[in-house]
Amino acid sequence: MSRKAAAPSVSPSARKAAVTEPVVRFDTVGMRYGRAPEVLKDVAFTLAPGSFHFLTGPSGAGKSSLLKLVYLAHRPSRGRVELFGHDTAQVPRRDQPWLRRRIGVVFQEFRLLDHLSAFDNAALPLRIAGGKPAAYRDDVAELLNWVGLGKRMHASPAALSGGEKQRLAIARAVVNRPELLIADEPTGNVDHEMALRILRLFIELNRLGTTVLIASHDRELVEASGMPVLALSEGRLKRQRAA
Amino acid sequence: MSEQLGSWKPAPLLPRDRSRDFALHFVVATLVFLACLAAIGGLAADRAAQGWSRAIRGEATVQVRPRVGESGAAAAARAAEALAGVRGVAEAAALEREKAETLLKPWLGDTPLDDLPIPHLVAVRLDPAAPATAADLRRALSRAGVDASVDDHGRWLKDVEAAAAGVRLAALALAALMTAAAGAVIAFATRTGMAAAAGVVEVLHLSGARDDFIAGLFQVRYARLAAVAGLWGAGAAALAAAAFKLAGRSDGLTPALPLAWSDLLAVSPWPLVAATVAAVAARLTTMRLLRESA
Repeated sequence: MSRKAAAPSVSPSARKAAVTEPVVRFDTVGMRYGRAPEVLKDVAFTLAPGSFHFLTGPSGAGKSSLLKLVYLAHRPSRGRVELFGHDTAQVPRRDQPWLRRRIGVVFQEFRLLDHLSAFDNAALPLRIAGGKPAAYRDDVAELLNWVGLGKRMHASPAALSGGEKQRLAIARAVVNRPELLIADEPTGNVDHEMALRILRLFIELNRLGTTVLIASHDRELVEASGMPVLALSEGRLKRQRAA
Repeated sequence: MSEQLGSWKPAPLLPRDRSRDFALHFVVATLVFLACLAAIGGLAADRAAQGWSRAIRGEATVQVRPRVGESGAAAAARAAEALAGVRGVAEAAALEREKAETLLKPWLGDTPLDDLPIPHLVAVRLDPAAPATAADLRRALSRAGVDASVDDHGRWLKDVEAAAAGVRLAALALAALMTAAAGAVIAFATRTGMAAAAGVVEVLHLSGARDDFIAGLFQVRYARLAAVAGLWGAGAAALAAAAFKLAGRSDGLTPALPLAWSDLLAVSPWPLVAATVAAVAARLTTMRLLRESA
């Protein structure tokens, strides 16, 4: 089945039609793991195209669970999650990859592939999307130089420091210029200077049109950014603070 | 930028597990080795059976009953003369008493046979190109007034052909069994390989990989592994068969199982068969597991 035939409404050719739709919309969303109590309760918010939000809250508030719903790692127990105008519960499994390719994710635990070099890790989304090595090698190298890993391209992630891993994870998330960038504590393992540099990268991507949602504990960074905040507490969205 | 990368090539997306890969190579190579030996053995058995059938078809035996007052030797000579002129008979010769006694010796030992009524036989060698039938021989004997019964060895021919069909079927069943076992081994290896690479598979999924992209990675990996293992197994089987052939000189290991050098070609498709079976088994297993995990 061709890409267009399989997912006509999700494919890139249909993106323009959906440009006025919220990139993310949660409508009274609840989520639980198995039979455990809900970790998210009646969460409702929207992310407009080109917006930049921080997601804050104490540990266990449900930040990572909320992000998992956005990058389709989980389904809500109740309520409705829309992504690029599509109800995620209605998107068949075979069409989910087309949605995921529009999202860049920086995982809290990085999830780098240790058997690949830093370069191959960064290039992974392009390779999965069918890119030819000759077409993307210079772009990936330039990005790795930009995040300060130019001399560590051939290193295994196991040989990188925590900060280097974080930067590599960010490079992998942004390499295919996603429409939505999700980052779970992306500055947790870097010094303040690198944190600001990463923030500038996210802001630059946002200016280019990428919608950004960052879960962070770093109050200083959140304050410095002046961006709107979604605050979670005990699974509920307590406030939506504008910049 | 390109200078920093040098001669970079994308690395395989699935991690290697050398110890498990080695064990899998060994098992697949062994199965291919056995399947190749079954195929070669089947060919040799088929050739042996064809040889026996040819030999049986090429001969007939006539037992002569002399007239009153006629000696057995005279009746046999008359029958041989009558049969020699039949179209499709290359040679007909009365079996001398001494020869008949020699034939009976394995059963009767050194017992004196003078008083025993030894059958009077005529050995008939038929023309292999257009052999005479038992009916032809009976007609000729009847015309010559010889009372005789003709044995065209048809009963033995049926037995030999049935045995040959059995051997062919057994060889085919063995080869099919080895193929199925190789498929099952690859399916099991794919299952454990996917479990070991669960984290990798999840990252690939979350990075936008389709199920068939991931299945393709496992498919190519195990097809390549099976092809290499198949080459080793097929090569070893060809060497073993060559050793059998050389050990038995012109007839192979035994005259009952004559090997020809051309039989060694039977190993050639097996690496491809192993790779195909592995590719199908790995793909089906991966797709099923991915669907189950959804």
